[in-house]
Amino acid sequence: MNQKMSGAPLPASREPRAEILRRIGEPEKTPEEILAEYSGISREYNRAGSLGADGRLQMLEDRLREYDAVVYRAHPQALPEIIAQILTGRGKARIAVPRGIPAEWLPAGFEFVLGEDSSAPELDAMDGVLSGCTVAIAATGTLVLQNVPGQGARKLSLVPDYHLCIVASSQVVETVPEGFAALEQSKCSPTTLISGPSATADIEMTRIKGVHGPRFLDVVLIA
Amino acid sequence: MHETRVPGWNEPDFPSAAKVLLEESQLRKNVKHATNVIANKRSLVVGELKDWQKLRDAGSRIREHVLENLSAYLLQFEEACTRAGGTVHWARDAEDANRIVVELVRKHAAEEVLKIKSMTTEEIGLNDALESAGIHPHETDLAELIIQLGKDRPSHIVVPALHKNRQQVREIFRREMHLEDLGERPEDLAAAARSYLRERFLRIPVAVSGANFLIAETGGVCVVESEGNGRMCLTLPRVLITVAGIEKVLPRFQDLEVFLQTLPRSATGERMNPYNSVWTGVSPGDGPEEFHVILLDNGRSRILHDEEARQTLKCIRCGACQNACPVYRQTGGHAYGSVYAGPIGAILTPQLHKLEESESLPYASSLCGACYEVCPVKIDIPEVLIHLRGQIVRRQQETGKLEPWNIGMQMAAMALKNGQRLHAAQRLGRIAQAPFVKDSGFIEKLPFMLSGWTQTRDLAPLPAESFREWWAKRPQSPSGPKTERKR
Repeated sequence: MNQKMSGAPLPASREPRAEILRRIGEPEKTPEEILAEYSGISREYNRAGSLGADGRLQMLEDRLREYDAVVYRAHPQALPEIIAQILTGRGKARIAVPRGIPAEWLPAGFEFVLGEDSSAPELDAMDGVLSGCTVAIAATGTLVLQNVPGQGARKLSLVPDYHLCIVASSQVVETVPEGFAALEQSKCSPTTLISGPSATADIEMTRIKGVHGPRFLDVVLIA
Repeated sequence: MHETRVPGWNEPDFPSAAKVLLEESQLRKNVKHATNVIANKRSLVVGELKDWQKLRDAGSRIREHVLENLSAYLLQFEEACTRAGGTVHWARDAEDANRIVVELVRKHAAEEVLKIKSMTTEEIGLNDALESAGIHPHETDLAELIIQLGKDRPSHIVVPALHKNRQQVREIFRREMHLEDLGERPEDLAAAARSYLRERFLRIPVAVSGANFLIAETGGVCVVESEGNGRMCLTLPRVLITVAGIEKVLPRFQDLEVFLQTLPRSATGERMNPYNSVWTGVSPGDGPEEFHVILLDNGRSRILHDEEARQTLKCIRCGACQNACPVYRQTGGHAYGSVYAGPIGAILTPQLHKLEESESLPYASSLCGACYEVCPVKIDIPEVLIHLRGQIVRRQQETGKLEPWNIGMQMAAMALKNGQRLHAAQRLGRIAQAPFVKDSGFIEKLPFMLSGWTQTRDLAPLPAESFREWWAKRPQSPSGPKTERKR
């Protein structure tokens, strides 16, 4: 019998905790021993990619397209121009933006509204959202957004039906482990991995675009 | 104390349930189509990764390591999550967990809650518990919505409504959402779900989720999904309650680099599913103001102490074993009479519940090993199945229960122990079998209590002459019974 819990009876809410821990068994090893064991787990899978910068960008573009995202490329100076073209082409006028979005990205002639100050119903009524990202993973066609300046609270890239995401080529990595290495510093920030527009395959395993998240995803790669 | 059973599950036994379901040709067509599509997509995207086996190895080792040090990692998670503003609760069983959820919902005076698809909340029968407390849960995953509105049961871990085709879904939606002119294209059906749920996402203040992974180091939680209904539930309501099995913990955030490669490819055959969310406690201005995690035991700690079966808890609920299983592909998920169907259900259900309540499940397999081959964390399901079969037989022997299987095995043991008895049994068998040997040359149906053996297989009849008889009768060679080699 393991009777480590002595003294007064535990308050009701603590009883299940003590009982479960007793059922599992107290930790037998020291934190150092557990850490040593963890570090000893062999990880022979690929960490680093093998592609150059162009190959990475191409792979990201291809994989995003496979998910039905529309991908554009732009020189940094041409960014506002291409954003204006894309928004006009989509018929979008009122766009939510996160705090800290670079002012030099934003073209004239559109209404940009700070998304953090908007309620969910207000966001629902907007035409779309424009954001940056923390890192993009080419192998899986994944954009990672966190709650940092230029990307904002999670609801921004969720409630509006349209998302335009700007990716700098310096943010593109090839493999998933490279992506997670890039996120290590900010791992406690709310994080969303986005791979294509919202989709479902729940009916007859047909992947169809658009259920609850943004049904339309455009991506501009700055290269 | 023992786990509360989810009413209506675990009955009838697998063979009887399967017999009925095998007659339903539409269901079999739907299941076959869906499992074929996912299995093919899976093998394409898995084939793309040259390091797939290394990822399986690492995933398996990380999960084993967690199970060996589970209490340390749970305590680390509790501390980190609490520090980040979350509240951690512990639930010994379904009853504990349901009570905690109901109390939290009542505290916020909510009459409705949003739900993300979660096998764990299915396992504990949360929806029934909420309903009987006067709280209406809204399932928000498309497939779960189909199940809920159709008053049906999930039949697959990842695609719970895979047994329904588009016409059947349209009928349910048309009836329950009052949409007379609803089309039957999947696009129409998804759009109907979108507008049906959007208003609820914006209005209902409490959501309940499961968790794919808990992260001990940060106190973070990861939810993997496709539609964005998960994100809606995780970010819009004021209160979020996550129910997670105690085995779901990973040591570090970085470990996701393994499982977010293996899980989507195994589950839906995608390089990455559309949305993965990771959040840590409460973040002011982003997501819920109040966050609760309920760590659920419900039989898991018992599995942990069974050395051969412990690997069951490595499972990351991808469903690849279901799509690969020749038995599941014929019967679909409902035959298993359990929230967890297919090969993983055949080992998980009997261990979570009382073994004697789901004794037929460890036999619902041909032990072909396809499940092990596709498992992203290398659970040797056939090994665990055999282990559980052993437990069932031993228990029956101990309790002296007169099961045909038990009696048959005892009789076989008696006959095989002694040459004369074997000979007598063979002679008797040859006479007794005559009326049962069909034109096919096989015994297709044995009578009475022996019928269990021929239910799923034909039996080769005893030959007219046994090997031992032939050996005794064979002409002796001139040099005697021992053939001598010529020099």
